[in-house]
Amino acid sequence: MEDVLLDVKELKTHFKTEKGVVKAVDGISFQVRRGEILGIVGESGCGKSITSQSILRLVGYKRNELVSGQVLFEGEDLLTKKEKNMLAIRGSKIGLIAQDPMTSLNPVYTVGNQIAEVPMIHEKASKKSAWQTAIAMLKKVGIPSAEDRADQYPHQFSGGMRQRGVIGMALAGNPSLLIADEPTTALDVTIQAQVLDLMLKLRDETNAGIIMITHDLGVVAEICDKVAVMYAGKIVEQAPVEELFANPKHPYTKGLLKSLPKLGDKERLQPVEGQPPNLNDLHEGCRFADRCPFVFDKCHTEHPPLFSTDSNHRTACYLYDEEAE
Amino acid sequence: MQTKTKELVRVEGLKKHFKLSGGGLRKEPEQVVKAVDDLNFSVYEGETLGIVGESGCGKSTMGRLLLRLLEPTEGNIYFENRDITTFSKQELREKRREFQMIFQDPYASLNPRMTVKEIIEEPLRTYKEKQAERSKRVQTLLDAVGIPESYKNRYPHEFSGGQRQRIGIARSLALNPKFIVADEPVAALDVSIQAQVLNLMKDLQDEFGFTYLFIAHDLSVVNYISDRIGVMYLGKMVELADSDKLYNNPVHPYTQALLSAIPVPDPTRKKERVMLTGELPSPVNPPSGCRFHTRCPLAQDICKQVEPEWIEVEENHFAACHVVKERLS
Repeated sequence: MEDVLLDVKELKTHFKTEKGVVKAVDGISFQVRRGEILGIVGESGCGKSITSQSILRLVGYKRNELVSGQVLFEGEDLLTKKEKNMLAIRGSKIGLIAQDPMTSLNPVYTVGNQIAEVPMIHEKASKKSAWQTAIAMLKKVGIPSAEDRADQYPHQFSGGMRQRGVIGMALAGNPSLLIADEPTTALDVTIQAQVLDLMLKLRDETNAGIIMITHDLGVVAEICDKVAVMYAGKIVEQAPVEELFANPKHPYTKGLLKSLPKLGDKERLQPVEGQPPNLNDLHEGCRFADRCPFVFDKCHTEHPPLFSTDSNHRTACYLYDEEAE
Repeated sequence: MQTKTKELVRVEGLKKHFKLSGGGLRKEPEQVVKAVDDLNFSVYEGETLGIVGESGCGKSTMGRLLLRLLEPTEGNIYFENRDITTFSKQELREKRREFQMIFQDPYASLNPRMTVKEIIEEPLRTYKEKQAERSKRVQTLLDAVGIPESYKNRYPHEFSGGQRQRIGIARSLALNPKFIVADEPVAALDVSIQAQVLNLMKDLQDEFGFTYLFIAHDLSVVNYISDRIGVMYLGKMVELADSDKLYNNPVHPYTQALLSAIPVPDPTRKKERVMLTGELPSPVNPPSGCRFHTRCPLAQDICKQVEPEWIEVEENHFAACHVVKERLS
């Protein structure tokens, strides 16, 4: 299909360590279309951040970092590109919004300078026009009196404003894909609501595709169009957002939803018992098998592939393997 | 659940102001952070009082004040009708058996050089329990929080975050306290682990009958575990009510905004959002009058000048807001 912006195929990122190979991301595939927000949701250590770093080729340089598979961005495989070409793509065609706005801005440059850097590097823009772009970006992300603010340093901004600044910086290169890695986790709820609203507005204006990496199912429900649930380096379920919440299939997704306290509902939570597996010591079979209430023999043989349960709903669980019936 | 018979803790006019030093070479006027400013409330025996608010609203400072880990600037804290702010060190040490704390970060709150057994035993050792008693107690506690007894000689780094938090909980229970302040006990944990710990905390309360002050920024977590909820904003309590009432019928505009800002894991529920504009003001120079007036969608002239009173809106439902008061009269 033409409007597929990013097509990730069988992406694997493994780290060789003294304790063995850590399979941080192990054969995941997904697509992002223009103007679509894909949520990647999972708990700490499930590989969601490594996924974003692998797409941007921020891992894979050291000898102990093994990245394989395909990352087709606008039809071209990013994994085979030269570093020089990646430099041109990062920050212009693909923007990154990192989790912590305190550390993703340089404290010794003004916010305006840092945003202006983007057009100066990527479009060889003059200082003056780059500065104008910076101010325009700050206005776009809703920072009041942007002209004065551009001249200020990150420490003069509050947390929410810093994150707006980071978003402004990501947008300055006019990206067609935005990767947001836990963009609101460091923010208070009322500020989070503002930032999420801003991201939706920007998506509508720029028609960029967005990958929203988060651990918060609430955030996913608020802004995503479709969701991939990750567990221990694998995508275990993928579906449009309404479908996933109305009709979760994978036992892990079900467990996650039942673990969430819901406002105004005091029914006892039903947590997923146990803990996620150690990624350098994975046994054969489904990675969720140890914690799964529905586990049966086959689960211990091989990690299940994604089975389609509906035209666009896929689940990696043998419970949905129709051929086996 | 709601036995509002006996008051366990009563707080009157509690204030904590931190002085900011005026910076090295330049003489700047001294500034004061009003972290906690005039709190009045009670905690009843056997209940869970939840406290919610955004970062910097003073909720953790308040929790520390209640245990006198911080000295209040002004005000009184009554524990079983005795004012603990007047206690001597000796008296305080005796009384501390009865109130304990569960900390936020399970990685920072356990000594990495002590085994689990030593960690849980330490409070017992401090209060001179006998060896045999101590071992027995450690065993019961580990059992109660669901850590296999065979792990008792391991060190904290050998445990996951959720397990560590269980160890922290076991430690806080060691002396059979009556009152436990839990400061963001699940904020550092993943959802599936968070649910395990929340359920554990509920079960332990049912079993041992102590009282919680549960501090968190996540309203849905607080709503789940608490009988009553207090909402704080910039050092002040703005609303206090039964948790169902607070959820179904919030009266303070800040509570309403906070409730509507929470992302609900249900994509079919596209709700009307009370969007707050602007950011949290600094507690160094908090806004005059009602502290919320700079972000309040209902703000009027009076809100800028006069601080709103703490009024009882209906039975056991308190709020501090001019607009609400006007509506009532």
